[in-house]
Amino acid sequence: MTTAATNHVGTHVYPKQNPVDLQAAARRGAQRRRLWIWAGRIGVAVIVFGGWQLFTELGWVDKFFFGQPTQIWEALVKLFTEGTSFGSIWENIWITMQEALYGFVAGTLAGGLLGILLGSNKYLSAVMGPYIRIVNSIPRIVLGSIFMVAFGLGMFPKALLAAVLVFFVVFFNAFQGVREVDQNLVANVRVLGASPLQVAMNVTIPSAMTWIIASFHTALGFAIIGALVAEVLGAQQGLGLIISQAQGSFDPDTVFACMVIISVITLAAEYLIGLLEKSLLKWRPPNRSEAASI
Amino acid sequence: MADDSQRPSALREGAEDAARIQITGLTKRYLTPKGEVFTAIKDVALAIEPGQFCSIVGPTGCGKSTTLAQVSGLEKPSEGSVSVGNHVVDGITNGVSYMFQADALFPWKTVLNNVMMGPVLLGTPKREATDLARDWLRRVGLAGFEDRYPHQLSGGMRKRVAMAAALINNPRILLMDEPFGALDVQTKAIMQNELLQLWEELRPSVLFITHDLDEAVALSDRVVVMTSSPGSVKDVFDIDLPRPRGNVQHIRHEDRFLELQEQIWESLKDEVTRAYAKTAGAAA
Ligand SMILES: Nc1ncnc2c1ncn2[C@@H]1O[C@H](COP(=O)(O)OP(=O)(O)OP(=O)(O)O)[C@@H](O)[C@H]1O
Ligand SMILES: [Mg+2]
Repeated sequence: MTTAATNHVGTHVYPKQNPVDLQAAARRGAQRRRLWIWAGRIGVAVIVFGGWQLFTELGWVDKFFFGQPTQIWEALVKLFTEGTSFGSIWENIWITMQEALYGFVAGTLAGGLLGILLGSNKYLSAVMGPYIRIVNSIPRIVLGSIFMVAFGLGMFPKALLAAVLVFFVVFFNAFQGVREVDQNLVANVRVLGASPLQVAMNVTIPSAMTWIIASFHTALGFAIIGALVAEVLGAQQGLGLIISQAQGSFDPDTVFACMVIISVITLAAEYLIGLLEKSLLKWRPPNRSEAASI
Repeated sequence: MADDSQRPSALREGAEDAARIQITGLTKRYLTPKGEVFTAIKDVALAIEPGQFCSIVGPTGCGKSTTLAQVSGLEKPSEGSVSVGNHVVDGITNGVSYMFQADALFPWKTVLNNVMMGPVLLGTPKREATDLARDWLRRVGLAGFEDRYPHQLSGGMRKRVAMAAALINNPRILLMDEPFGALDVQTKAIMQNELLQLWEELRPSVLFITHDLDEAVALSDRVVVMTSSPGSVKDVFDIDLPRPRGNVQHIRHEDRFLELQEQIWESLKDEVTRAYAKTAGAAA
């Protein structure tokens, strides 16, 4: 490591090298760095999963409670080949995804609209402010139980819980977004003769949109959590139900297998949201979200 | 009377009087965050003839931007009034364009859509507005940049877009708040020449704020010096350099130019010193 560092300094100190050599050296350096990063990543995975496998194999950790990577893999294969007692795994994934999606859309729409409305109306925000803070401070997950009692075991209460969780994330962002609107831009359209509605359409909503879109990543996570938790509380189908069943029959491997499935879904959805963000926010200078996109 | 509310295209005929700005006894007070009353401008009186190019110079914080905000109708005066044409300004005045001190382009709109805003908000059909905007972008030398976003332009280019956006509605009154303040000397000179040329074509009345005395003398028919805060009109200088002025970089060296500039600086100097002493005193 130290020799590599001095080498690097060395190439910087002697400016007599010709540009082609320098470029090649730089490229080789970058390649080496990438290689090391990937080696490190794989190393971490090997240590975590290898250690887990080893410890459970040796009996230092009880695989009856904590599962085992190979068994998780088998459970995963079993889920996809044999299905579950509530229909095929695809069916269950689809149910959960639908709940999360409906919740996401409904929560985003409601949160965005209300956030923009309260953000642009001082009176309304003063009146509603305390109530929103109160509702925000109660543990909303508990609402799942109430929805279950009120609306039964179908998809609706799950989507509703997801929507409630999403709502607050988007709401606060939209509210803040409206508050942070550049007053110069507002003055600009007003001088050009814009009506209050046109001010909203041309300035307030577009600039609130950047904040709303920024909240989508968090909101998506909450949508999935909401759907899963509601399913665990009581359902006829869905990944949450599979998890709670596995828990009841002391089967940590299936629980972990479901976690893997959920992570894959979440990563895919995150990717789609990233694409959406990119196309909607293409007007923005590209450096701001760079740090967050590691 | 009636032609005042009409669209800019029809506005030209009655333009003579409609473009006169009359400021009388204009006072503006603000409430500071501490709850005190702060007088930003006091008893400003000023008349700008139709088609006249008038510059305002004054120490920083003396209330130049505040004066412009009252003329545009964005803010309401505490006392006194502004009349445009024969109407007392109350709310946004028709036919006024404003180039702000800070960048006021819409970052999420392309250059073309930024310039189009004016006509679109007046209800011009989209097609027509697009053609008009393209034409104006060409006039400010930005043909080919229609689809860029503001952050993809240089500072000078952004000012050009703002200028096109301000002039596209063919305003009878043009308010400009240090429009070229942040530009390098060469770009500034180019922009000044372009502005003069466009002004000769359209002949709006212009209220132009600047800290640059060269700029003020080179462009204006009249230069107003404001006192330090609370600002009021200290002196008014008529600039009798012949028009068209031609290249602003050349007239800078003429004797009459230097003479006028010297006079204005004499008047302004005390105010600048006083304003500085005041803020330095307040900080201590
Ligand atoms: N909304 C406001 N609330 C309180 N004070 C204000 C407000 N707007 C302006 N002021 C004060 O009024 C004074 C005049 O401000 P203004 O922006 O008109 O100055 P200016 O002459 O344009 O200065 P500069 O040349 O630096 O742009 C300043 O002291 C400023 O602090
Ligand atoms: Mg100012």
